[in-house]
Amino acid sequence: MTEKLVIIGNGMAPGRMLEHLLEKAPDLYQVTIFNAEPRVNYDRIMLSPVLSGEKDYEEIIIHGDGWYIKHGITLYKGHKIVAIDRQAKTVTSDHGVTEPYDKLVIATGSVPFIIPVPGHDLPGVLTYRDLDDVRAMMLAAQSRAKAVVIGGGLLGLEAAAGLNAQGMDVTVLHVMPTLMERQLDPAAGYLLQRAVEQRGIKVITKANTQAITGNGKVGQVELADGTIIPATLVVMAVGIRPNAGLAKEAGIAVNRGIVVDAGMRSNDPDIFALGECAEVNGMVYGLVAPLYEMARVAASQLAGDVAAAFVHSDTPTKLKVTGIELFSLGDFAEGEDRQEIVLRDAAAGVYKRLVLRNDRIIGTVLYGETADGAWFNDLKKKQTDISQMRDTLIFGQSYQGGASLDPMAAVAALPDDAEICGCNGVCKGKITGAITGKGLTSLDDVRAHTKASASCGSCTGLVEKLMVLTIGDKYNPAAVQPMCGCTTLGHDEVRRLIKAKSLKTIPAVMQELEWKTSCGCAKCRPALNYYLVCDWPDEYADDYQSRFINERVHANIQKDGTYSVVPRMWGGVTNAAELRAIADVVDKFEIPMVKVTGGQRIDMLGIRKEDLPAVWADLGQAGFVSGHAYAKGLRTVKTCVGSDWCRFGTQDSTGFGVRIEKFMWGSWTPAKVKMAVSGCPRNCAEATCKDVGVICVDSGYEIHFAGAAGLDIKGTEVLGLVKTEDEALEHIVALTQMYREQGRYLERIYKWAKRIGIAEIKRQIMDDGEKRKAYFDRFVFSQKFAQVDPWSERVSGKDKHEFRPMASVGFAQAAE
Amino acid sequence: MMNWVSIGSLSDIPRRGARCVATPQGKIAVFRTAEDQVFAIEDHCPHKGGPLSQGIVHGAAVTCPLHNWVISLETGKALGADEGAVRTVPVRIEGERLFIALEALASRAA
Repeated sequence: MTEKLVIIGNGMAPGRMLEHLLEKAPDLYQVTIFNAEPRVNYDRIMLSPVLSGEKDYEEIIIHGDGWYIKHGITLYKGHKIVAIDRQAKTVTSDHGVTEPYDKLVIATGSVPFIIPVPGHDLPGVLTYRDLDDVRAMMLAAQSRAKAVVIGGGLLGLEAAAGLNAQGMDVTVLHVMPTLMERQLDPAAGYLLQRAVEQRGIKVITKANTQAITGNGKVGQVELADGTIIPATLVVMAVGIRPNAGLAKEAGIAVNRGIVVDAGMRSNDPDIFALGECAEVNGMVYGLVAPLYEMARVAASQLAGDVAAAFVHSDTPTKLKVTGIELFSLGDFAEGEDRQEIVLRDAAAGVYKRLVLRNDRIIGTVLYGETADGAWFNDLKKKQTDISQMRDTLIFGQSYQGGASLDPMAAVAALPDDAEICGCNGVCKGKITGAITGKGLTSLDDVRAHTKASASCGSCTGLVEKLMVLTIGDKYNPAAVQPMCGCTTLGHDEVRRLIKAKSLKTIPAVMQELEWKTSCGCAKCRPALNYYLVCDWPDEYADDYQSRFINERVHANIQKDGTYSVVPRMWGGVTNAAELRAIADVVDKFEIPMVKVTGGQRIDMLGIRKEDLPAVWADLGQAGFVSGHAYAKGLRTVKTCVGSDWCRFGTQDSTGFGVRIEKFMWGSWTPAKVKMAVSGCPRNCAEATCKDVGVICVDSGYEIHFAGAAGLDIKGTEVLGLVKTEDEALEHIVALTQMYREQGRYLERIYKWAKRIGIAEIKRQIMDDGEKRKAYFDRFVFSQKFAQVDPWSERVSGKDKHEFRPMASVGFAQAAE
Repeated sequence: MMNWVSIGSLSDIPRRGARCVATPQGKIAVFRTAEDQVFAIEDHCPHKGGPLSQGIVHGAAVTCPLHNWVISLETGKALGADEGAVRTVPVRIEGERLFIALEALASRAA
């Protein structure tokens, strides 16, 4: 009979435990999870890259909703357990759900430590623990104002770097004399401080926070020495403590954390605890590797292996701030029985220190150059006697025995049991075994099969080297993603070469760039056609056979082979005559469906292809042109009624929207472009999730870009504020042209912006007036060739063959 | 016996393009490649019935406009990982004139 397993908490440790358990004993338990956070299991180690904008939340999900469904696991999201009844063997959530258990796993994690200074509860004081904290910080960062991070440890520095990347002016306050003093010696701490400061982050050490003050919300931070630091956001990242309150109330033994034996069992034999809330052999843990080890042990115990036991081991620490290389392991305090080896290279910013006792490594600090971290870790773990290589030890593994300084050789020389991925405890042999045994050729495959480099990702380089060593040329980490199977070149290279070699036809591109197929494929041909249209607007003859059907016939194909037609309604404004004409067309052609679109247009669906020219002819009579609802190009400019009608309107948003649309219609872009203009910050036109949006304010026009509201949901970035409508138009057009020239085909603005960098785009469009003008002029030039209504062209007979069958045959025979 | 029916001339079809021929059994898509080869297949993708005549023609293959299945014009079979096939229709070229074999159609209808 299956037993009921209830898990309180849905972080990385219980998630990993379930993976092991499902592998070992998939049918032993019926599993129910209560998660106080309203979401699935995600990779908390990667919150820093999310904060800095290098990753999205979706990219750090470990178990999506489908995983729970597939394994028949009930997940209560947003349910906090408020009571454990050990007699009745039930748990109860704050929403009143009571669930019985046979075995209970407590994985409530930790809570951030809040310094109890006056003002610690003011709005604007945040901690750095979960996705909600990160989202709150990102929201606060939109103000571009000042932030203070209290705590110069691992988390505090990652938070500071993330807020800095989001454009905030950040000061780090650290109570100790050097940063990360628990992991770094003072020398490395100093180098780290210098690197942090070079990024524009201020650091104040020996800073004793006395109070946080402000008028109803955070305004400033006051230090004991009288220093006052203005701030609208304060992040407390001074440490964590195990979240063991619930267990304590239930009468379970709690010391610092929930006391468990080496099998992760508490003093109640049916209750286990693991993760940051657990205390084993007097130790509590916060790094992922030991937590995953706890998960392995707990899963084995639950599956009936009573011998499984947790063993302590030192875990290396790495800082996840792009561009700062830092590695720390073990014990590096000075002592009489210890010796040290130090290497400094001031110019290169490298510092390495090994702490030895009895000719064995007991601690390592590496700064600036950390490639040998895995090797030193291995020597330490195995307690290798290093006396024979002592003179050259600090230079690293590749230097031993006079071997070359080839980094590949260093990885090749690692023994099979050397640990590569610290987070997941994956050794070299397991990785190379999986690569050869399962025929893996991509990094994603290796991550899926071994989990190596799948958590914090800092060992990705090592894993890639192992792939090269194991399968050679089949894996090329430096290779760019080719456009398609027809070429080895990526989109950016192709675009660059089209310009550099003045290639002006698709056959010329394919010939000169050595295409592997005679006439490309359905992926590269539309891309090349767009690049050529964009780069040579006056010279290139658009190749309609290389366009997707929608752009070839200027209507949207539907699942049954019929088409939909959307006439342009400038800014979403229409009138009685237009509506009457649409009604007449709908009646005349018996159009089965009429629908209002999200972009403030009217869509007529179910039109037979043969009828399209006649439909367009009638619409054209009423003054309609194509709405380009099918185009990788300017689609719609959505507007609100603005200062003409609205009592809150600050500018003529409708008029400006119409003006943008009339200026920009017909332009082709890498992917579709949807815009909106809102007349005030109430934002009724929803401009802040568009490719380009404008929020009118009293003082002018705030230009937004890089929003998304489709597959991804993303608020826009602010490009900047300009005073007049003319300026706003110039900036929007220049931005669009920059995207037209640099975007990869099918890459929306938000993805392009993420790749290029928001700061770089602002620099070129906001700060560099000459560049902006040049982009603007190139757009205007290309519009001369683009602003031709495709519908009226076809009404006049262009591409007639598209809309008529070639022949009708066989009907007489069939009648016989 | 093959019943060859005239459907028009080569120049009626754009290079790397297709036209449709209406028949009692449904539409036949007639393709012309970059090298002026001509193929005819049912205008009905084996996946979800998409109109193959509306796809992008590359080499001797067409990519369905609905979900990007790639169909060989020579064999009618789906290429790559997808599995399925459409019926091919014999084509004859005499000078500029194009003919397709209608009996193949009738036998399908039977």
